[in-house]
Amino acid sequence: MPVYEIIFTLILVGLVMTALAVVWFKDLISAAISLGACSLLLSLQFYLLRAPDVAIAEAAVGAALTTAIFIFAIRATDREEGYS
Amino acid sequence: MNWKMSRVVRTVADVMVVPIIIFGVYLIIHGHLTPGGGFQGGAVIASSTALLIIAYGSFGKHKDSLSSLESTGLTLFILLAFLGIGYTVFYNFLASGGAVFGGSVHYGINPGRLDSGGTVPLMNIMVGLEVAAALSLILWMMAKGSDSMDVEEVKG
Repeated sequence: MPVYEIIFTLILVGLVMTALAVVWFKDLISAAISLGACSLLLSLQFYLLRAPDVAIAEAAVGAALTTAIFIFAIRATDREEGYS
Repeated sequence: MNWKMSRVVRTVADVMVVPIIIFGVYLIIHGHLTPGGGFQGGAVIASSTALLIIAYGSFGKHKDSLSSLESTGLTLFILLAFLGIGYTVFYNFLASGGAVFGGSVHYGINPGRLDSGGTVPLMNIMVGLEVAAALSLILWMMAKGSDSMDVEEVKG
């Protein structure tokens, strides 16, 4: 088994785990940071698949700007997830 | 409301803002040689704005200046596109002309020449200006709007 397929499998398992963690977390800031980690792993996968242009855009927009906007929005509401 | 994070976070933000902006400018002006370009470099520059807003709070009044900077970038892009109207729109009239960004492309395998793009680096610079200003404006308005829950109170 080539080493590339092992790295791909590890990154894909990490992607699924962080994406499930976004759903499972009740703390919304933890969920937003987990979404940023998911975007960072997706950016690493893009880079390994030889699309560095898409990887830069994904890392800048997905990991930095979206996380910051989510944190600004959570700061204006409740931090815990609830049903009201 | 003006909130600040701790002194550690503010110092790290001060140290990291300048390398992030330099990396964004590098991505923009090498857009025709390496991966990256106007949009990616502008998004990287806007992430430095996100770092500053998280560390220091949404200070100052920047709505009009950022909006006019975005309009300036877009207008200059369209003007530069229509300057080649003698042939077609987006005609690369500066390529191989010897003027600014008009150097000739070397033959064979080489690391690339920064001087050889024609109008493409200028368009990358203008797209980068517009994207950086627009994403910074979005971030700043979100931070300002989440400070005061009443959206009607947000004034530039």
